[in-house]
Amino acid sequence: MVVSAEAWRHATGAIAAGRATLLGLWGDTADAPSVHMAIGDDESGDAMVISLLCSDGTFPSVGAVHPPAIRPERAIASLCGLVPLSAPDARPWIDLGFWDVAHPLGARTPAPAAQAGYTFLPVEGEDLHQIPVGPVHAGIIEPGHFRFTAAGETIVRLEQRLGYVHKGIESLMAGAAIEQAARLAARCSGDSTVAYGMAFAHAVEAACNTQAPPRARYLRALMAELERLANHLGDIGAVCNDASFSIIHAHCAVLREHVLRAAADSFGHRLMMDRVIPGGVARDLAHAGAARIGEALAHIRGRLPQLVALYDNTASLQDRTVGTGTVRAELARRFGAPGFVGRASGRNFDARKARPYPPYDALEFTVPVLTEGDVNARVWIRIREIEQSLALVEQITGRLPAGPIAVALAGGTGEGLGFAEGFRGDVLVWVRLDGGKIARCHLRDPSWFQWPLLEAAIEGNIVADFPLCNKSFNCSYAGHDL
Amino acid sequence: MRRMLFEGLTRRPLTEAPPAPDETALAELATRVEDAARRRLGRSLAIREVDAGSCNGCELEIHAINNAIYDLERFGLRFVASPRHADVLLVTGPVTKNMRQALERTYNAAPDPKWVVALGDCAADGGIFSGSYAVVGGVSQVVPVDLHIRGCPPAPADILKGLISLLEPAPEKSRHR
Repeated sequence: MVVSAEAWRHATGAIAAGRATLLGLWGDTADAPSVHMAIGDDESGDAMVISLLCSDGTFPSVGAVHPPAIRPERAIASLCGLVPLSAPDARPWIDLGFWDVAHPLGARTPAPAAQAGYTFLPVEGEDLHQIPVGPVHAGIIEPGHFRFTAAGETIVRLEQRLGYVHKGIESLMAGAAIEQAARLAARCSGDSTVAYGMAFAHAVEAACNTQAPPRARYLRALMAELERLANHLGDIGAVCNDASFSIIHAHCAVLREHVLRAAADSFGHRLMMDRVIPGGVARDLAHAGAARIGEALAHIRGRLPQLVALYDNTASLQDRTVGTGTVRAELARRFGAPGFVGRASGRNFDARKARPYPPYDALEFTVPVLTEGDVNARVWIRIREIEQSLALVEQITGRLPAGPIAVALAGGTGEGLGFAEGFRGDVLVWVRLDGGKIARCHLRDPSWFQWPLLEAAIEGNIVADFPLCNKSFNCSYAGHDL
Repeated sequence: MRRMLFEGLTRRPLTEAPPAPDETALAELATRVEDAARRRLGRSLAIREVDAGSCNGCELEIHAINNAIYDLERFGLRFVASPRHADVLLVTGPVTKNMRQALERTYNAAPDPKWVVALGDCAADGGIFSGSYAVVGGVSQVVPVDLHIRGCPPAPADILKGLISLLEPAPEKSRHR
């Protein structure tokens, strides 16, 4: 919906006052230069996109009144060349000064020969020291830069600088056929390939006014729950490992492997990449699939309670996770914190419930919510969600409807907005189709509204607890950088 | 915990039989890697993983080869935190322009002799991301690559097969010297 500047400011004010949640903010120069803002109501689940034409290449800053919009706005300025007026932070974002072009999603002018250096925010105080970390980290992790300022052992500020794995996915999508764009969407963040596939499919299907057949929706949900199980199991183990408690890590990794093998036997790919496509799914459940999934579930049910008891009863481990890296509920609400980051800090939101897409409207499950907001709470949300996902997988495999697994798309022209709740939180995809091809597609990873909260959570904690906090967030670099 | 540890003593290990080294990998290595380097590096290798732009799918499967089922360390292969300690750089992703310099610096920080393994289809030639303004291309466009392991992402068994090829003795002709 195209709105006036006045309506734009009104919407911005509503978000800043907490009457609505900012879901995404992105630029678009494919047709007329404009900015789009997705806003939602947490309680009713309603979501809409409002668009503002930027005929003079500027728009009223949202970040000026609503801090969660600052990074998306910086990305709009860097990628599209549209300038947020009176924005609080004019530094580039994602563009680290290594490209041949400036504003690659906009006018694509040659990049200036001499790049200005990047200035981190000033920190003042006695006896402060800085620790620069990354982009290459000391582990099998994605790249990003963290600038810590510490007073002794205590972190007084963390500032992130991201964009190292930016591959220009939205630019590669522009003009691409839907099938090709779906393959790109599946590779935004490998750990959430099913969630991205679903969100992209939902957006394209909304734009084409098509619906995937019931069997396809159930199979999508089956894959989404397997993905959630695998990632949550991996995360719980990894958090414990970062507290040097490796036995839980070792056992969780084995359980995760069982899930991935069941996924491979069921859908022919361990991560189930390219299995969700617009119009349905690319592959039906293999003959032996249901049995293999059942075995993996039995393994988890047999093993997990012991591991959870060990987690809960080990004082040295609890000492590391309880009270560490706390995110205040007010901050989680303001940022519309997706996934376990929000749900561990009192934000009762799950796209499967709030914006129920089939088959979740017909399935029984609860959304766990805690209020402590620390590393421990984020671990417990994952444990509870594993329990819910186990029950969901059983419901899905028990009720799997017969019928076709995909329909042909009436590839037309139109806009569509899609959501899917990945393990990390809700993925948002907005797409505009033109003659069956992608004119513009924006993919918003949940990490956009989690990364800034990590900066807040770490304040006042010791440097040695950063890996623990970071792992409990497990934000995606690839999904954020695109 | 005591019970869990005790079970570990009495139960059969979860670790599966090692795969045979990959033939294609051996052939590629034979043409690339010098005998002298092979002898010096020996049968235990320290690996530094570098994500140069991946979607993180490859990282998930690299993590998997560390689990009890694949147990990478039984082969004398282990991941290290610093390139200074590394014999092998295991690089994933199409190299993004934003990561090119970091990859070059990591490569230069690793002592000679060293091998570079490019993991995944993107690392081979940029894959699906080729042609983007933000992507350089395959790993070999930035640093010399000794071995490619293909897949999107490669399954853990395939990663193992490729990596243990690095431990195979050099081809016939040099072994009798």
